[in-house]
Amino acid sequence: MSEYKAQDYKFGQPRWCPGCGDHAFLGALHKAMSELGVAPHDIAVISGIGCSSRLPYYMNTYGFHTIHGRAAAIATGAKVANPNLTVWQVSGDGDGLAIGGNHFIHAVRRNIDLNMILLNNRIYGLTKGQYSPTSKRGFVSKSSPYGTVEEPFRPAELCFGARGNFFARCVATDMSAAVECLKAAARHKGASVTEVLQNCVIFNNGTHESVYTKEGRAKNAIYLEHGKPMIFGENNEYGLAQEGFGLKVVKVSEAGENEILVHDAHCTDPTLHLKLALMEGPDFPVALGVIRDVEAPTYNDSVHEQIEEIKAKKPYHTFAELLETNETWEIK
Amino acid sequence: MAESKNSKNTDQVIVRFSGDSGDGMQLVGNIFSTISATVGNDICTFPDYPADIRAPQGVLTGVSGFQVHVGADKVFTPGDKCDVLIAMNPAALKTQYKYCKPTAAIIIDSDSFTAKDLEKAQFTTDDPIAELGITCDVIPCPITSMCQETLKDSGMDNKSIVRCKNMLALGLVCWLFDRDLSLAEGMLRAKFAKKPEIAEANIKVLRAGYDMGHNTHASASHTYTIESKNKAKGKYMDINGNKATAYGLMAAAEKAGMRLFLGSYPITPATDVLHELAKHKSMGVVTMQAEDEIAGCASAVGAAYAGALACTSTSGPGICLKSEAINLAMITELPLVIIDVQRGGPSTGLPTKSEQTDLLQVLYGRNGESPIPVIAATSPTDCFDSAFLAAKIAVEHMTPVFLLTDAFIANGSAAWKLPDINEYPAIVPPYVTPEMSEGWSPYKRNPETLVRYWAVPGTPGFMHRIGGLEKSSATGAISNDPENHQLMVEQRAQKIERIADTLPPLKVEGDEDADLLIVGFGGTYGHLHEAMLQMRAEGKKVAQAHLNVINPLPRGTRETLARYKKVVVAEQNMGQLAGYLRMKTNGIEILQYNEVKGQPFNVASLVEAFTKIIEE
Repeated sequence: MSEYKAQDYKFGQPRWCPGCGDHAFLGALHKAMSELGVAPHDIAVISGIGCSSRLPYYMNTYGFHTIHGRAAAIATGAKVANPNLTVWQVSGDGDGLAIGGNHFIHAVRRNIDLNMILLNNRIYGLTKGQYSPTSKRGFVSKSSPYGTVEEPFRPAELCFGARGNFFARCVATDMSAAVECLKAAARHKGASVTEVLQNCVIFNNGTHESVYTKEGRAKNAIYLEHGKPMIFGENNEYGLAQEGFGLKVVKVSEAGENEILVHDAHCTDPTLHLKLALMEGPDFPVALGVIRDVEAPTYNDSVHEQIEEIKAKKPYHTFAELLETNETWEIK
Repeated sequence: MAESKNSKNTDQVIVRFSGDSGDGMQLVGNIFSTISATVGNDICTFPDYPADIRAPQGVLTGVSGFQVHVGADKVFTPGDKCDVLIAMNPAALKTQYKYCKPTAAIIIDSDSFTAKDLEKAQFTTDDPIAELGITCDVIPCPITSMCQETLKDSGMDNKSIVRCKNMLALGLVCWLFDRDLSLAEGMLRAKFAKKPEIAEANIKVLRAGYDMGHNTHASASHTYTIESKNKAKGKYMDINGNKATAYGLMAAAEKAGMRLFLGSYPITPATDVLHELAKHKSMGVVTMQAEDEIAGCASAVGAAYAGALACTSTSGPGICLKSEAINLAMITELPLVIIDVQRGGPSTGLPTKSEQTDLLQVLYGRNGESPIPVIAATSPTDCFDSAFLAAKIAVEHMTPVFLLTDAFIANGSAAWKLPDINEYPAIVPPYVTPEMSEGWSPYKRNPETLVRYWAVPGTPGFMHRIGGLEKSSATGAISNDPENHQLMVEQRAQKIERIADTLPPLKVEGDEDADLLIVGFGGTYGHLHEAMLQMRAEGKKVAQAHLNVINPLPRGTRETLARYKKVVVAEQNMGQLAGYLRMKTNGIEILQYNEVKGQPFNVASLVEAFTKIIEE
């Protein structure tokens, strides 16, 4: 059992709008941290700019509220410089995928051991309502009064495209599932991406409506669990099965023997993980939980292992010894 | 070794090697410089190479040059014009001839002056010497064919054989300057340690070149002997500015007991700092080649936050991209060393050429009131001391610090007396101590230095939050309070200003009662110093004050400038330091000498301009 309570990770009074998904997520993060039991002084929470990036101010840990889009790069430097820190990187969809898109994909590609949280409300809130890179085509906002004419990113696709090894998805207000996702993300060694579906009551109310309530999730979401059959529905009456190169929804009662897929989050090949992550209504349920969780060498471990290896091989370890490795001559 | 019929004793000589960018001129230039330094001469080098990796063979834009000034006594510049030019092809002769003294000797590879070669170099006649109006001695040597002859039994293919021709030129130059070949041979064996047969082939050609000179006297009127004098006793090595910068950072990290972290993105002419540090993992150095310039700096800010001695290296265009992250380090008061190896700008500009045009960018190129110390290294070897100083200031004063170098000193090399690291000052990070935990907040400052105390993540009892938003001086919480903002802006500025208390006052060299004070900064020190020495030798009264630290200005800068009848600021930009000094030293008339050509200053032109100023 952890010696810490959720209270030990709380600091200050959040100033997000009442009803904002950030409040619920913050509670889930405090709870997940208390269950993980890492001492608050060994945790750094690093964010960029945006509503959700204010989060470090509400953590009784080390916190760094940085600049727009760069949180992943800053967190990478912090983790590789001091691998003993548990580093959480918190960004919104604009911070993480628009201005910070390059750092997002490269942090994932490097597989640096960060817990990367992507709070996705498909809108720019802090600048008062512009479309984001996850807003659906045709989305009407202040900066797209006639609807956007561009396709959105699907975060999982970007994560897998960057060869990500961990992807989980939860709904901000779904406390127990969110806590489990965050704990799995923290326990995963390497870059973990957790997409948090989150409502913006002011500028994009109802964006994740189909799965935002318990009732909605019962109908429209599937909770994936490693090793468990993929079944969903109000009475678990549906399952997922393979059809050709794709997936299909089958009735459990009509499914053949072994037809319903069993979730394998540890499968190295991400093909099926991607299929699951991209499912959406009305034909398919939205996948929640840990979709992919594959172990691979981390950047921070590899950097420091290489340093140890070279230290053992090369005979110089101090500045004075370094000087002696050069060709020198003496003036007498 | 060589008993030449006619050996001329000289105090200094300037040699320029030139050829196609694939001809290995940089290598032979470096070897010749190092063996000259090894016998106790002073050296100053200037590699002058094109931006193309390999331009088409034999064309004018593909010429790569390497100039070295060898002196019995201290030399301060690579020299304006050379005494000996080696031109491996017509394009080299055409583009490099202008760097020759009227008395120079030009050695050409006579095998590479065929009609086709002449055409590639856009000669219109078959007599390039006459066409260029060359009046100095031209010594044709069959360099390529001698090389082929020497290696005809080596079993190597012709292409590989011809690749060794630079060694023939080196051998010839070694004969001309009475250099001991065994030193060059040792260097070649070390360079080709994994390919001993290549090393031996090169050595064979090197010796052939030497013998060719010795046996034929290569039609040269005399050889040179350069004695060595006044060199401080001790161990020396050859070092260029980028390597010295890397060494300074490693020395500082060791002194501070901190891990060295470099976040960087490849950019000419700064990349060698990354290359150098990436080699030294056995020293515990972490280097990260980031996805872009921004991440190079941002990762360094993150590393600084986590307690490392964090650095980022780049050139001017990279500074543009890093500015926002630098400002974050500034407002959060984290130590960070930002190395700007200046090159010709604006935009992509002249990537391989040298300028001092980033001064105002590093001083002022950020939003808000953002004072950041600026150190400018004055020579290749001074890059070591300047990097050490930049790191010391960053860590002890909790601030980003700019280290300005430039392509000229970054690539140029000089003989460097190995430093005794024990003689360098301690670097003491202002860490929090456990007894401070009661009532601590992140912007509590040392009342004397105004430096905040550093609680590195991982320290129990000091959890706190920092960020780019303005914070309360008292509590560290986000604050929009007008009085608090004014106070924080002033405290950040005063903190930087007070660094001057820890630094020496402005030093003046030359005549106390000078008619002219020459002021400069950074990599132009050698040229300005040489100009002063020449003018004083002519009986003029001149002094020199050179800025190594530009922000904060050394104590007494205004008083010093006010003491002289005339003050000229000479810099390789359109007047950035002059303007800055006018702002900081109100009421002093400052004259300007500006040149933005991507080339080092020319001492003769400086002397002429400064003499005119005195006489006006």
